[in-house]
Amino acid sequence: MAVQAPEAAPPPRAPAVRPRRKLTGYWLILPGALWLGLFFVVPFYSLLATSLYDPNGSVLGGYDMTYHFANFVDAIKDYWEPLLRSLGYAGIATLICLVLGYLLAYAIAFKGGRWRTLLLVLVIAPFFTSFLLRTLSWKLILADDGFVVDALQSVHILGADDRLLATPVAVIAGLTYNFLPFMVLPLYASLEKIDGRLIEAAGDLYASPVRAFFKVTWPLSLPGVVAGTLLTFIPAAGDYVNAQLLGNPNTRMAGNVIQDLFTKTSDYAAAGALSVILMLIIVGMVMAYVRTAGTEDLV
Amino acid sequence: MSSVADRDLRISKLTKEFATFTAVKSLDLVVPQGSFFALLGPSGCGKTTTLRMVAGLDTPTSGSIHLGDLDVTYEKPYRRPVNTVFQNYALFPHLDIYENVAFGLRRRRSPEVARQVDEMLALVELTSQARKKPPQLSGGQQQRVALARALINRPEVLLLDEPLGALDLKLRRSMQLEIKRIQTEVGLTFVHVTHDQEEAMTMADTIAVMNAGVIEQMGSPTELYENPATTFVANFLGQSNLIAGKIIGREGDVVKVQMEGTVVSIPADRAHADHGDGWVGIRPEKVLIAPAGQPIDAPGNHMTGAYVTDVSFVGVSTQYLVRMPWGQELMAFEQNTGVRGIIPVGTAVDVSWRPEFAFLLDASQDVNAGIEEA
Repeated sequence: MAVQAPEAAPPPRAPAVRPRRKLTGYWLILPGALWLGLFFVVPFYSLLATSLYDPNGSVLGGYDMTYHFANFVDAIKDYWEPLLRSLGYAGIATLICLVLGYLLAYAIAFKGGRWRTLLLVLVIAPFFTSFLLRTLSWKLILADDGFVVDALQSVHILGADDRLLATPVAVIAGLTYNFLPFMVLPLYASLEKIDGRLIEAAGDLYASPVRAFFKVTWPLSLPGVVAGTLLTFIPAAGDYVNAQLLGNPNTRMAGNVIQDLFTKTSDYAAAGALSVILMLIIVGMVMAYVRTAGTEDLV
Repeated sequence: MSSVADRDLRISKLTKEFATFTAVKSLDLVVPQGSFFALLGPSGCGKTTTLRMVAGLDTPTSGSIHLGDLDVTYEKPYRRPVNTVFQNYALFPHLDIYENVAFGLRRRRSPEVARQVDEMLALVELTSQARKKPPQLSGGQQQRVALARALINRPEVLLLDEPLGALDLKLRRSMQLEIKRIQTEVGLTFVHVTHDQEEAMTMADTIAVMNAGVIEQMGSPTELYENPATTFVANFLGQSNLIAGKIIGREGDVVKVQMEGTVVSIPADRAHADHGDGWVGIRPEKVLIAPAGQPIDAPGNHMTGAYVTDVSFVGVSTQYLVRMPWGQELMAFEQNTGVRGIIPVGTAVDVSWRPEFAFLLDASQDVNAGIEEA
């Protein structure tokens, strides 16, 4: 800081700027900015533009930009069901993931001992196989003559003619399975950081193990809960593979509709509009969620 | 006695074995209600394990822990009337200071939480910090929160596990006095675990010196310091000169010892051995020296032929190393009263001490026990 007469006492002024110094910061964010520009801003702009095309265009005849905002209204009118289904399935799968993932992450973090690393590798291990293959193999697991259906029928949870494959249960099971690791890892990261002495201290201060969990462990793991639920919910809401492979025409999610509109009926305008709507809904929900969960308040 | 002391902490034959070693060996201990008790010992001596068993955080292998007539040996930690000030405070980072202090009251659904928390925050002088989160506080403030959080529950016994270990020296001194003041004010039983002998002596009414899972000696700070019963206590609590001698035997109320050509007398109540070989112990500040031939204000035990080998001036005192005719170097600490100048290195000196200050220990003990740990 430059030496100044004390009586002047102006707000601290930045030292005489050397232009090269000032530019360094911009140079450093350039790669990131380019990346975002190339792979997010441009595609998003293109998608947004597509969503406003004239709905009467076609791949062969080309599309005219007519700023047809009615596309959005039409998309909601026509496809509100798959949209809601996407959010519902993703929400249920996220909740199941949260329960299963929390138990798993808790067990690894606090009871894992020397097996911790191995257990974490096992959580990640499915990623070594393709997403499609793994989902396809669930077709076998849930097949009508598979052992899961047999077992459930033998204990009369399923009737003799009931099936799992091609039901919402199968789609939600597939979503849960595929996105569980995205829940476990952030949960593990925040649980593992919790100082065991805090839980001892809670016990010392008259909290039973159950109350110690809800007053200390759970609040301290909230950053992991928020991160995990977002990482699970967002991709699950946009997923179409599980609904396509494990579902039926009545379990179509927004992702399936968008895929069909783009690839089968070539209705680019509607596909774009539906994509943008799905995106806006998710962003809106995430913002509301993060605001209520208030992670910035947590350590 | 029993009617007054019915809330004493009584530990009997308490043992804790881990897979590879025994941390606490058949420990017997009575901590009178309302006293400030220190468990002092080097790291690994079993003091923290003992504390954790009293808190219920570790389960004893055998033995029992009673609070008055109440057997709490296997009671869950959240059901015993005992609270702990943890070594690194273990404050809840997601709760503000107020809620940290209120934690125990809320768990017990205590009435008048607000009034009690306000009073407690006033006692530890943190009222203005009530709505801050623990990481925003300084180490000394966090320490006071930890103390308040435990104290507010009015436990039968308050356990302090090296509570000042993380603080710097100056802050530690003032917190020692602070904790002592609070203990006197609230009148609860405090059990303080520490490896810092000065801290234990400053704060505690009674100190139990622990080593390798057992209690070496227990008593008031002055008793332990002036009349240590083992070489470990003599070395761990302050410093001691230990000189080999042959015990001649008891004569009246003194024990005579042949020590390197001089017969020294040790009061019988300070002699912890009565035959064979022994260690004659004398604290450095009790050792008086004077240039050869000059008078020393100490009758008896007059030894000549020594010379000064090292002088350290530490302000309030001067610490001399004096080589005795038999080759051993003794420590002698002298207050800088200004009566006499510093005796330079190489000066021939006479050495003496008052017989009533010496103590006698069993020679079977390691003369260096407790030195490196102190």
